[in-house]
Amino acid sequence: MIAELGHYALVLALALSLVQMVVPFWGARKDDPVLMGVAAPVSLMMLAFVTFSFGALMTVYVTSDFSVLNVVENSHSRMPLIYKFTSTWGNHEGSMLLWVFVLALFGGLVALFGGNLPDRLKANALAVQGAIAVAFLTFILFTSNPFTRIISPPAEGRSLNPILQDPGLAIHPPLLYLGYVGLSIAFAFAMAALIEGRIDAAWARWVRPWTLAAWVFLTLGIAMGSYWAYYELGWGGWWFWDPVENASLMPWLAATALLHSAVVMEKRDALKIWTVLLAILAFSLSLIGTFLVRSGVLTSVHAFATDPARGVFILGILTFFIGGSLLLFALRAGDLRQGGIFAPVSREGALVMNNLFLTAATAAVFVGTLYPLALEMISDAKITVGPPFFNITFGGLMLPLVFAIPFGPLMAWKRGDLLGVAQRLTVAAAVAVVAIVVTAAATGGGPVLAAVMVGLGVFIIAGALTDIAERAGIGRVSARVAFARLKGVPRSAFGTAVAHLGVGVCLIGIVCETTWSQEHIASMKVGDSFTIGSHDLTFLRIENRTGANFTARTAVFGLSTDGEPEGNIEASRRNFEARQMGTTESGIRTFGFSQLYLSMGEETPDGHISVRATWKPLVTLIWLGAVVMSLGGCLSLADRRLRVGAPRPAKAKPRQDKRPAPQPAPAE
Amino acid sequence: MTFLRRLACVLLLLVSVGPAFAVQPDEVLSNPALEARARTLSKELRCMVCQNQSIDDSDAPLARDLRILVRERLAKGDSDRQVLDFLVARYGEFVLLRPTFSARNALLWSLPFIVLVVGGIAAFMAFRGRSQTDVQQLTPEEEARLRAILAANGETGAETPPKGGKPG
Repeated sequence: MIAELGHYALVLALALSLVQMVVPFWGARKDDPVLMGVAAPVSLMMLAFVTFSFGALMTVYVTSDFSVLNVVENSHSRMPLIYKFTSTWGNHEGSMLLWVFVLALFGGLVALFGGNLPDRLKANALAVQGAIAVAFLTFILFTSNPFTRIISPPAEGRSLNPILQDPGLAIHPPLLYLGYVGLSIAFAFAMAALIEGRIDAAWARWVRPWTLAAWVFLTLGIAMGSYWAYYELGWGGWWFWDPVENASLMPWLAATALLHSAVVMEKRDALKIWTVLLAILAFSLSLIGTFLVRSGVLTSVHAFATDPARGVFILGILTFFIGGSLLLFALRAGDLRQGGIFAPVSREGALVMNNLFLTAATAAVFVGTLYPLALEMISDAKITVGPPFFNITFGGLMLPLVFAIPFGPLMAWKRGDLLGVAQRLTVAAAVAVVAIVVTAAATGGGPVLAAVMVGLGVFIIAGALTDIAERAGIGRVSARVAFARLKGVPRSAFGTAVAHLGVGVCLIGIVCETTWSQEHIASMKVGDSFTIGSHDLTFLRIENRTGANFTARTAVFGLSTDGEPEGNIEASRRNFEARQMGTTESGIRTFGFSQLYLSMGEETPDGHISVRATWKPLVTLIWLGAVVMSLGGCLSLADRRLRVGAPRPAKAKPRQDKRPAPQPAPAE
Repeated sequence: MTFLRRLACVLLLLVSVGPAFAVQPDEVLSNPALEARARTLSKELRCMVCQNQSIDDSDAPLARDLRILVRERLAKGDSDRQVLDFLVARYGEFVLLRPTFSARNALLWSLPFIVLVVGGIAAFMAFRGRSQTDVQQLTPEEEARLRAILAANGETGAETPPKGGKPG
């Protein structure tokens, strides 16, 4: 019964999304406030129905209702409860429902918190959201229904893919979808602005927090996915340039560019056309990502051709939204009036450069991901575009960009002084040089390039701190004044500095892991030992263990440094009966920011096991850097001007107790 | 979901061969210089039955065969280039993780830089165009009106320079 209710709720949600698409749009055309007013309550109702449907799917999963095909294929009665929950979206149908749920959630949030938006903008934006919902709800109902029943239910399900039986599945997809789909808000606002043919700085101020929130989720989602792959897949890689990873990286790059260009638009009323285009591109890349992952086209162009129903449907959605939005853009972009002007060397100029490089980097990822598919389609030739390609092109484009990071925020608006900025970065540069020398000395001369890259990371970190220090006047005014000023620095400035600092941290982690990792591969029997990264490992024993739905062989190693015991490290291989599949569970021990990574290979009859141990210096900085970046995003989100919203002449905001908004000045 | 597909590939392998392990201890060459070259080469070669995995990372039997093959060729004294050429002749360009610089791949290699250059030129043109046309000089009539307004307010136009933009 609950499955039918869930299914029916989806049908009703589709009907509501049709209303949400048509009525407010018509109302905005006719300037009818009643019709436009329909948008908010309808999107909230749609959210309610989609939530109900999603809840229904969760319920059939948690109760292991094996009369539902989707549950049979992806669940098992003996799986731990958390994995019964997470298998809800650990499959195609369920993950599409999660996608629509997040879409409805964002629509609902705009309806709830969009009180200060102009009526027509809000109505049009929600209508565009409605259109996206119509497309994806139709997709689910006609090609990917998660509620399909089977006539003779089996007693037991086929269980969730063992590799997905991990807490990572509880966090990674929802975060990623919050990011992916969150970009639909920026897209919807861009469409609404184009439909209106009017756009101003206030638009950027409304769009920015949504984009920023989506960007924070996307950053965390990608980092989480990277760490998950790192510990679960057993060979310690953290980024593979896999098409599916690229599908999430492209929207991230575009969203990063969008965040930066929206700043220019908000502060200086410039770059309007470009910002609107970026908003369209960012969500288009999300859609392309969804297509790549969901259509089966990645396995092979030919596999896609044999079962094309889903792929063709998503391709249709893709063509409609991307083509439609670009067409509208082409028709209307000319109407958008350009605002403030600026010199090439200025904060605006720096942000234009940022956008240029980020766009080119996105293009590199895009062409690298799609070129093999396109080539196979037109000429039947098969080529591979792997990590070496991306490292050269993407890396080559990112390097100048990250080098420029410390310069941007120190540059003045409109007309900057590059020499002055460089002078203010002297201390940061000096710190970086020291870092290079120290790194080179500590690694015995190591690869010089790597030491320089570490220096670059330090330069970015020091540059971010310089920005804050400059704003507070540290070194120029007394400590007390500087502290007082520090408290007055807007949170968005702190956000910028922290996010940039995160880039530096991440860069250092990447360089250290790729350059100075040590690896030891050996065949070992109980009692053998070896040394890696100053730690001594001794193979103590191998034992059998059982989990809720698996059995495991676990190798236990004793760990010590200079005879000082440091506990054990364990690596194991699990066997999942329900699917007759195995997984490897690597053993990871963290020392400071570095990690010792251990995975276990085959066992021979004479009691030997093959062992691969890797010492990964400062590897955790890669993900910590991403966390710091998103922390910066959160700080920026907490900025006062975003909470207050765009200024509205008619309404005073008495709620703001701290530093009241400039009210009519008291008579002097 | 980001890793589903990669995971599915790994799983496929696990189903067929049982859990295995990338580089096996018995494959490692005794000559460390040759072994290092073999590892570097392995990272440039695709495991043909996997999705986007190098033979260095993959635990598929075919990847193991290729790893051993690479090591055999190196031990026989082949240069890195010769090993790669040999494998391309045998398996096609598909085996290379780094696409060749060929006419067929021209667009692949150049597109990012085309975007960069074209974008840069567009930005430059926009700067030039805007600075010529958009700096709005007041027309003589407007200047006359401005002077009249300022005079009406009891000020003279010459003493107060027009304020440009808002502060901050």
